[in-house]
Amino acid sequence: MALLQIAEPGQSPQPHQRRLAVGIDLGTTNSLVAAMRSGLATPLPDAQGRVILPSAVRYLADGVEVGHAAVAAAASDPLNSIISVKRLMGRGLADVKQLGAQLPYRFVAGDSQMPFIDTVQGAKSPVEVSADILRVLRERAEASLGGQLVGAVITVPAYFDDAQRQATKDAARLAGLNVLRLLNEPTAAAVAYGLDKGAEGVVAIYDLGGGTFDISILRLTRGVFEVLATGGDSALGGDDFDHAIAGWLIEQAGLSADLDPGAQRHLLQVACAAKEALTDADSVTLAYGDWSGTLDRAQFAALIEPLLARSLKACRRAVRDAGIELDEVEAVVMVGGSTRVPRVREAVGELFGRTPLTDLDPDQVVALGAAIQADALAGNQQGEELLLLDVIPLSLGLETMGGLMEKVIARNTTIPVARGQEFTTYKDGQTAMMIHVLQGERELVSDCRSLARFELRGIPPMVAGAAKIRVTYQVDADGLLSVSARELGSGVEASIQVKPSYGLSDSEIARMLQDSFAHAGDDKAARALREQQVEAERLLEVVQAALAADGERLLDAEERAVIDHEMQQLRELAAGSDVGAIERQARRLSQVTDAFAARRMDAGIKAALTGRQLNEIEE
Amino acid sequence: MAISMTEAAAQHVRRSLEGRGKGEGIRLGVRTTGCSGLAYVLEFVDELAPEDLVFESFGVKVIIDPKSLSYLDGTELDFTREGLNEGFKFNNPNVRSECGCGESFNV
Repeated sequence: MALLQIAEPGQSPQPHQRRLAVGIDLGTTNSLVAAMRSGLATPLPDAQGRVILPSAVRYLADGVEVGHAAVAAAASDPLNSIISVKRLMGRGLADVKQLGAQLPYRFVAGDSQMPFIDTVQGAKSPVEVSADILRVLRERAEASLGGQLVGAVITVPAYFDDAQRQATKDAARLAGLNVLRLLNEPTAAAVAYGLDKGAEGVVAIYDLGGGTFDISILRLTRGVFEVLATGGDSALGGDDFDHAIAGWLIEQAGLSADLDPGAQRHLLQVACAAKEALTDADSVTLAYGDWSGTLDRAQFAALIEPLLARSLKACRRAVRDAGIELDEVEAVVMVGGSTRVPRVREAVGELFGRTPLTDLDPDQVVALGAAIQADALAGNQQGEELLLLDVIPLSLGLETMGGLMEKVIARNTTIPVARGQEFTTYKDGQTAMMIHVLQGERELVSDCRSLARFELRGIPPMVAGAAKIRVTYQVDADGLLSVSARELGSGVEASIQVKPSYGLSDSEIARMLQDSFAHAGDDKAARALREQQVEAERLLEVVQAALAADGERLLDAEERAVIDHEMQQLRELAAGSDVGAIERQARRLSQVTDAFAARRMDAGIKAALTGRQLNEIEE
Repeated sequence: MAISMTEAAAQHVRRSLEGRGKGEGIRLGVRTTGCSGLAYVLEFVDELAPEDLVFESFGVKVIIDPKSLSYLDGTELDFTREGLNEGFKFNNPNVRSECGCGESFNV
């Protein structure tokens, strides 16, 4: 018979209508799955009672191993044992080559720009490898909950761009999971602590894992977490603590520093065990070979101080980027196994001037938050009106004439969202329009990231500026974008689902954001200049077209020479960068062509009236 | 007339109540629904209704309304594991037939 869970008062589900949903933390090193059970978010263990599934996949000639077995084989079969695949998600071959030195895999190019890893089972994309991890978690969840899942909430780093989010979503679909939503990891951690139900304010999420450090500053307003700033260090984590202890041990025991890989591994295991023991004990005895010694908390704290200082520096920078003061942070959430180290908690507490939240298991907190969100999204919490929303990390827009970025949806807009803007044609008789979809904060297209291009064709020929083209940007709840363009007169339409082939690296996103602040002034000036140049070019084209049509007929040689001269002046000025001069000259050109324009209009009216009866015209 | 819990069930309820941070106890009940006519209710209790009956098992309050009691008299609530799945099970002596999944039943 079905096993029941305790429901909130008055919310017992109908028989056969329990909607099973889980939260999944798909991590770089470890992954786990959690669900709401009897009103509590709980991690779901495997048959051996292990909650954590190492994010490792090993491809064998006749099967796939996921988790602990794959990690164990990483040393003996490095080419077929894929670890840390999350670092490759949504990246192009070029990005991956930069990471290449750290990765032992053989990469092969595929049809797309996605990198494929050559394994004994053939080429595997990072999406497929992630799907294998997700599939194991899905099967575990279905066995644990006794039924099919309605869906899952999967967490991603706050700095993941559209390409990386899309890759994660694709992996889930491949694993047979319906994605209810992708949720930012720091947001999930805040939800796990119930901060979304609390007062409005600024929250810091300090996430120190095995190999990476992330700091996120979020602001909660009316149930919406807005990412104010992210920062971190992609090469700082608990593994570095182990290395620090191992270095100390080598010094103490008078060992030679160039140990063979086996000895090194053993040494790091001893170091790691000592680190973990120091979480509860004040001192610990280490033994390595013939040597044995004692390490106490104070010594350990001194060893990791430089590492800790790096993380605190990143925290201060993130707080500054967020445009707030340290004392405005109202809660600090600790995430990641390395935040168990008492000195880490203490130092973070000192920095923010408040005790960090550590009640929940720091390895599980992200998955627990995702489980709470999944349960709500699956519709299991009647009466919960407020659903947590997320925001767009970088502004979305399109290219306008002159290589300018026109923002359609601003950064930090809550999603899902749809925004439209009207654009028009630039030239007479223009029948197609290129829509270039961009993401970034800068004013010039060359400083933003190109997401996609598509063309709207079949616009009826009209004079410049007469066509009305409505471009609509729609971002779904997972932060994925679709763009459509429609000419309102004729109804012709074109659209695109943005599936970028590769993304930006974390540091690039951070750089793009910082650049946008640093270059705000330059950008504004550059924009003003380009706008003036575009206006000048447009004016020149209009006058040129008019001259070609009626110049001979309506202008004498002297008048013509004046106009030609002013046009030449404008052409020369427009090539330069004096905004004011271009504007003045454009105005001058309009003035000297005023009479010509008036004559053309008269001629046009005369032509229209010639040979018509008065009553025809009156009609 | 009595309702009881196994020790495992009581322990799990106690832990759930602690994790939840509030609650008087746990409500057992039935309502008319489902493919076999009746379905079990298993909920936290924040406020007792005046007609509620309270039983105690291993220090945990089991709360039930009188109407449900007639369907559940003699029931023992158990907490079990089946493979990876774990949850509560009603051992109800009054059941004549239940649907395949056991989520609804008939007396």
